[in-house]
Amino acid sequence: MTDSASTGASEHRSQPPLLEARGLTRHFQVGGLRTRQTLHAVDDASFAIAAGEIVALVGESGSGKSTIARLLAQVYKPTSGEIRFEGTPLSRLRTRRDRLAYRSAVPMVFQDPFSSLNPAYRVSHGIMRGFKLHRPDVRPADRAAEAVRVLEAVGLTPAREVMDRFPYELSGGQRQRIGFAQALAYRPKVILADEPVSMLDVSIRIGLLNVMADLRAQQGVSILYITHDIASARYVSDRLMVMYAGHVMETGPVEDVLAAPLHPYTQLLVAAVPDPRAPLSVTADMTRGEPPKVIVPSPGCRSRDRCPLAIDICHQVTPPLLELAPGHQAACHVAAQRAGMPLPQPGTPARARDVGTREAGMSQPGPDR
Amino acid sequence: MAADPVVPEPPPGAEVADLGVAQFPQPGTGPLLRVRGLCAEYDSGERPVIAVDRVDLDVFAGEFVGIVGESGCGKSTLLFAIAQLLSPPASITAGSVEFAGRDLVAMNDRELAPVRWRELSVVMQSAMNALNPVRDLRHQFTDVMRAHGESSAARIDQRSREVMHLVGIDAAHLRSYPHQLSGGMRQRAMIAMALLFTPDLVIMDEPTSALDVVAQRSLMLQIKELQQELGFAVLFVTHDMSLVSHFSDRLMVMYAGQAVEVGQTRAVFDHPSHPYSQGLLDAFPSIHGARTALEGIPGAPPDLGNPPPGCRFQPRCPLAYEPCATVAPDLYEVDGVQSRCLLHSERYRPDRVEGRQ
Repeated sequence: MTDSASTGASEHRSQPPLLEARGLTRHFQVGGLRTRQTLHAVDDASFAIAAGEIVALVGESGSGKSTIARLLAQVYKPTSGEIRFEGTPLSRLRTRRDRLAYRSAVPMVFQDPFSSLNPAYRVSHGIMRGFKLHRPDVRPADRAAEAVRVLEAVGLTPAREVMDRFPYELSGGQRQRIGFAQALAYRPKVILADEPVSMLDVSIRIGLLNVMADLRAQQGVSILYITHDIASARYVSDRLMVMYAGHVMETGPVEDVLAAPLHPYTQLLVAAVPDPRAPLSVTADMTRGEPPKVIVPSPGCRSRDRCPLAIDICHQVTPPLLELAPGHQAACHVAAQRAGMPLPQPGTPARARDVGTREAGMSQPGPDR
Repeated sequence: MAADPVVPEPPPGAEVADLGVAQFPQPGTGPLLRVRGLCAEYDSGERPVIAVDRVDLDVFAGEFVGIVGESGCGKSTLLFAIAQLLSPPASITAGSVEFAGRDLVAMNDRELAPVRWRELSVVMQSAMNALNPVRDLRHQFTDVMRAHGESSAARIDQRSREVMHLVGIDAAHLRSYPHQLSGGMRQRAMIAMALLFTPDLVIMDEPTSALDVVAQRSLMLQIKELQQELGFAVLFVTHDMSLVSHFSDRLMVMYAGQAVEVGQTRAVFDHPSHPYSQGLLDAFPSIHGARTALEGIPGAPPDLGNPPPGCRFQPRCPLAYEPCATVAPDLYEVDGVQSRCLLHSERYRPDRVEGRQ
């Protein structure tokens, strides 16, 4: 595990990905008996996380970020598509032992440090439980020493003292570090961090982002960092994946995406970051309006209603995620056209995304197509 | 409000909303809100926790004042003290809050009632908890207007529709319950409610902190526009200094119950004169420029029941020197801002201290 310490993510790119999603789709049924409809939380998401890589998944509330984390954590089962861990589809994990092994390899850190720790137990409880469930290699006598190791790895010192505290005795930043320590106790390969810093004060966030960077450098874990804050994503991650309304809109190396965002929605996100170092001006952009309804969406680009560049085809055909620059993909007709790609013809389902919509339509009062 | 000449040229093709930062105080007018020597305490038995310690603050009509600082620095307590909303164990122990010529601290609830909501309203931090989950918005709006002396159902209905329109929500949502609205809409509904009587001052306690960046920015733009349209003053509390950078006229940085830096927003951002302001500014990463490692501010705010002697920021301060541990600094004038740091004091400046040795 530690032999991959401090190696950059670039070395791992050629190896098969650690965690991979192919055409991952998750729909929810909403409404009562008569008004039942299908909510498309995630549609046809394909991505991979390499060993030792930090991938940031950014998007606004309701874009499907947390659904992806929960799909990867096996809280939800995918409606369609599959997840592969080290090349093996998760659907093949049938025994309890296999599932436990996967859970210990891919633990999750939650958003709210005030409700994700049991107030009735000391800090040591959650970590010890992790050893009991997931670490048969640690003998009971060695558990305390191992707990000290993981607490120190997330910067909680003196670790022995912290172990005996109750959550109410700790600040928000310290509690969130405990969340990471618990995940680390499993000896994970990928940590799913779902908005780990958004409940914390700005002045404390940076410390936790540094913990994530250290975990990658020293323990070699990969991290899926879910956030709506692009600036913090840039600070800690190698690759950026932008989601909007259940679709992956753009993905690529973080500096490339931020320096030259291809998708208009990414441009909006970048513009929404408050930056006091920037000159005093505010562009009237598409930050207005509410996120689109993803309940029985019609085909076409889901950001079209807020997009200043939308053309006819955007209302008819869902744009596929295409590689428009090296390692840099975007799902936008206009960006593809600018990169010299032909526009698809209306009426041709461009990609599996449309198929996903149609499948949902078979079991439900379908979309109007 | 006058247009500001320093707004740079917009990028080609982009529409630029004029946020016009005006100069305050405007000549010939006194402050709308004048807080002097305000102290608020939480009685916790043997040692009271002094959450607000001798704070002075002016807010002029139509001005946007930001208050920033970490959790536990007394920001929210200050707002509640100004709005006379503290309840035991918290209380105001000293000072005055003059609002439009009257001292709110000396008034009782009966006397405050006509001021509240009509002249001064509050937008609470968590819209999810501040709205009644079992009543629709229309009911809650009606409740507020009735409580403050409006009895005509037709006028209540008309005004409710107007304020919903002001904040950009379809009036049909007056029939919606809070859980049917998105986070941004709930927060907008709270602001609509605060504007029912067109107050002169709206106090906002982290209204955007539960929102994502896009919704947050959209809401900030909306608040600024409403403020320009209706002319009310805003007192805005946040822990995210970058958020107010483009929106507030003046800024007060609070640490451990005290104002540590007060000045024009641009001045504070361009050359922060207190190490704590500098620390807050350095605490968030940027999407521009080189990727550099940041440290944030090590440590945590002190226990206000037992604050450190001397400068309260000294245990965390990277610039602390000898007198900081013993001498409690005042607010010193420096480059047009006030800063509570001995580096700017006539007597204890490092060059003076070394000179004496």
